Amino acid sequence: MSFFHFELRSLPPEAEAFREEVRAFLRQTLGDRASVRRARSWGGFDPEFSRQLGARGWIGLTWPKRYGGQARTFLERYVLLEELLASGAPAGAHWVAERQSGPLLLRFGTEPQRERFLPAIVRGELSFAIGMSEPDSGSDLASIRTRAVRTDGGYVVNGTKVWTSNAHRSQYAIALFRTAVVPDKKHEGLSQFLVDLKSSGITIRPIINLAGSHDFNEVIFQDAFVPDDMRVGGEGDGWKQVTTELAYERSGPERYLSSIALVVELIRAAGASPDPRAAEVIGRLVAQLATLRQMSLSVAGMLQAGQNPNLEAAVVKDVGTTFEQSIPEIVHALLDIEPTINTGTDLQQTLGYLVQRAPSFSLRGGTREVLRGIIARGLGLR
Amino acid sequence: MSELGTLLAPTVTRLFTDLVTKELIESAEKGAWPDKLWRALEEGGLTLPLVAEAGGGAGGMWVDAHVVVRAAGKHNAPVPLAETIVAGWLLAQAGLEVPLGPLTLAPVREGERLILARTGGSWRLSGTVSGVPWGAAAGHVVVVAEGDGAPIVALVRQGAGRATADRNLALEPRDTLVFDGATVVAAGSAGDHISADGVLVYGAMLRAAQMAGALESLLEQSVRYATERKQFGRPIGNFQAIQHNLAIVAGHVAAAGIAAENAFRAADRGTPVFEVAVAKVRTGEAAGIGAGLAHQAHGAIGFTYEHSLHFSTRRLWSWRAEFGSESRWAARLGQQVAARGAERLWMDLTTS
Repeated sequence: MSFFHFELRSLPPEAEAFREEVRAFLRQTLGDRASVRRARSWGGFDPEFSRQLGARGWIGLTWPKRYGGQARTFLERYVLLEELLASGAPAGAHWVAERQSGPLLLRFGTEPQRERFLPAIVRGELSFAIGMSEPDSGSDLASIRTRAVRTDGGYVVNGTKVWTSNAHRSQYAIALFRTAVVPDKKHEGLSQFLVDLKSSGITIRPIINLAGSHDFNEVIFQDAFVPDDMRVGGEGDGWKQVTTELAYERSGPERYLSSIALVVELIRAAGASPDPRAAEVIGRLVAQLATLRQMSLSVAGMLQAGQNPNLEAAVVKDVGTTFEQSIPEIVHALLDIEPTINTGTDLQQTLGYLVQRAPSFSLRGGTREVLRGIIARGLGLR
Repeated sequence: MSELGTLLAPTVTRLFTDLVTKELIESAEKGAWPDKLWRALEEGGLTLPLVAEAGGGAGGMWVDAHVVVRAAGKHNAPVPLAETIVAGWLLAQAGLEVPLGPLTLAPVREGERLILARTGGSWRLSGTVSGVPWGAAAGHVVVVAEGDGAPIVALVRQGAGRATADRNLALEPRDTLVFDGATVVAAGSAGDHISADGVLVYGAMLRAAQMAGALESLLEQSVRYATERKQFGRPIGNFQAIQHNLAIVAGHVAAAGIAAENAFRAADRGTPVFEVAVAKVRTGEAAGIGAGLAHQAHGAIGFTYEHSLHFSTRRLWSWRAEFGSESRWAARLGQQVAARGAERLWMDLTTS
């Protein structure tokens, strides 16, 4: 009996050589920016940074050359992602487009859709939001009610999406709408669409998070028109596609590296000869980090091999988010410092930033409970 | 996994499944030596995977040995198989011949010391070591001790020292050996690969892999029980509370498995101190949480001697503390990381 298998991977020499290239670029671009800014990581939205990355061909690294990609391996992309995350690069302006919107179009999109959107994503000019959750549909995603009703040449959309990160600063979203109501079969009748967020009938309202920041939004559709050629995949194929998309969303190293800036600051604060208690705490953190990296790399290897590591990705995300969420707790347990916003040391500010973000780590991209349900299914318990 | 490892996996699984029965483990707990099991392991060529074929071994790598050690942990094999594998490797590294029969390793704990002294043309061993796995039953004991200011691998025969029997929580022999100028059968320089604490490092690596194996068994047993046991008219595995607890165990099983295997892979490249520290800490944490949740899923029946869950959990509770506890390895790892500095952390993580 074996429920899952995490095969140990090694990165090929070309990926390690690429790592050096990425590091040199990041050193030069990010300079000595403070940890509190690095902690924002892919939550940081910086179109100029994304364009610089795009100019180097580092967005859509694995995509076919005919769409502007580099046709490089998933393992090279993995190296790029982990270096961006470890250095806290502000990669948010292209993150979603590169991670899931582009791959979704590559897999299910039409040729004109690919030609239109992929090269612009590759250049770092196009940001995407994800239109999945609704006010009454969170973890129970298949219960969404936003309707796309057929009309001449397209669909008329009515309903509301929530927690739509970056909708206010993205050009497009890929959204899941109900195109048919099939009684007692909520997974049927769903379809995905490319939505131009500037079209009429769409209102974007900010939702301010507990830290006072504006990252996510409510997106209201009132008789918004979406043309036929903006439907992604077949009508009614939305559920199958969205689960594929969620696997892209869950499998990356961003699911364990969110608090690495705080780990780095903690080690800096402990100094070169930490007391035994601090040394033990640091050792335990490093043991977790090193292990999660191997697990995450293993998932990347499965993606490279063309497998569908949905279960393994759920395991890594559950273990990874639990780890990254624990770091502010561990800092509090070890050090007599107060978290701050604008004053105090970099460590205090990084703690202040992450302690307020940590609750979201086990919510975004599928709650811990949803993931554990997926794992339990993999164990044969449901 | 290497080609040899791929061949070994089904072989060891079949052998352990056939021979390591509940009755065998129970008789070993009462003090019997499972001779048939040991002979089957020797005949199957599983006891010396790292020793060259010319020296009577399988000529394999650490990643191959990992397959054997993990399976031994998973099946609760009550023999010093893991210890023999490392002892044989230590002897081979020092250019010494590897004797037949079970071997063991002498961990040197805090406050203990082993001294090799040369008298005439031969080495003599003195000192006290406790918690030696099968210290009285194994045919030979391999130690790494200071001699002439450098680490020396030395082989002593069973009975060369005075043995006081003791056992760990799983009732595996953990004996105290007192050497008082004991005759050394053979000794050789440990070479560059093996430091004075080599037994601790490689011993910890063994326990990490054994724990990873035992954790796999815990998860399998718990899932099986949760599907079979019914309460409130349905299998308890239908309840979300049980499902989520076992999902947590699954995460720890996955983490422990890859951490342990990574240490063995690192041993094929050099001295794996960093990776062993990571593995011992991570598998130890997994052991504590995994054993707790597995017992919770099993309810009262899992708390009986009658049920076999405790064969795994009692081993985990002992193994996590043997060859250095998590706190000891974590402190060592933390000191190493801190000394290299915060800026080096990510670079070091990506080269391990």
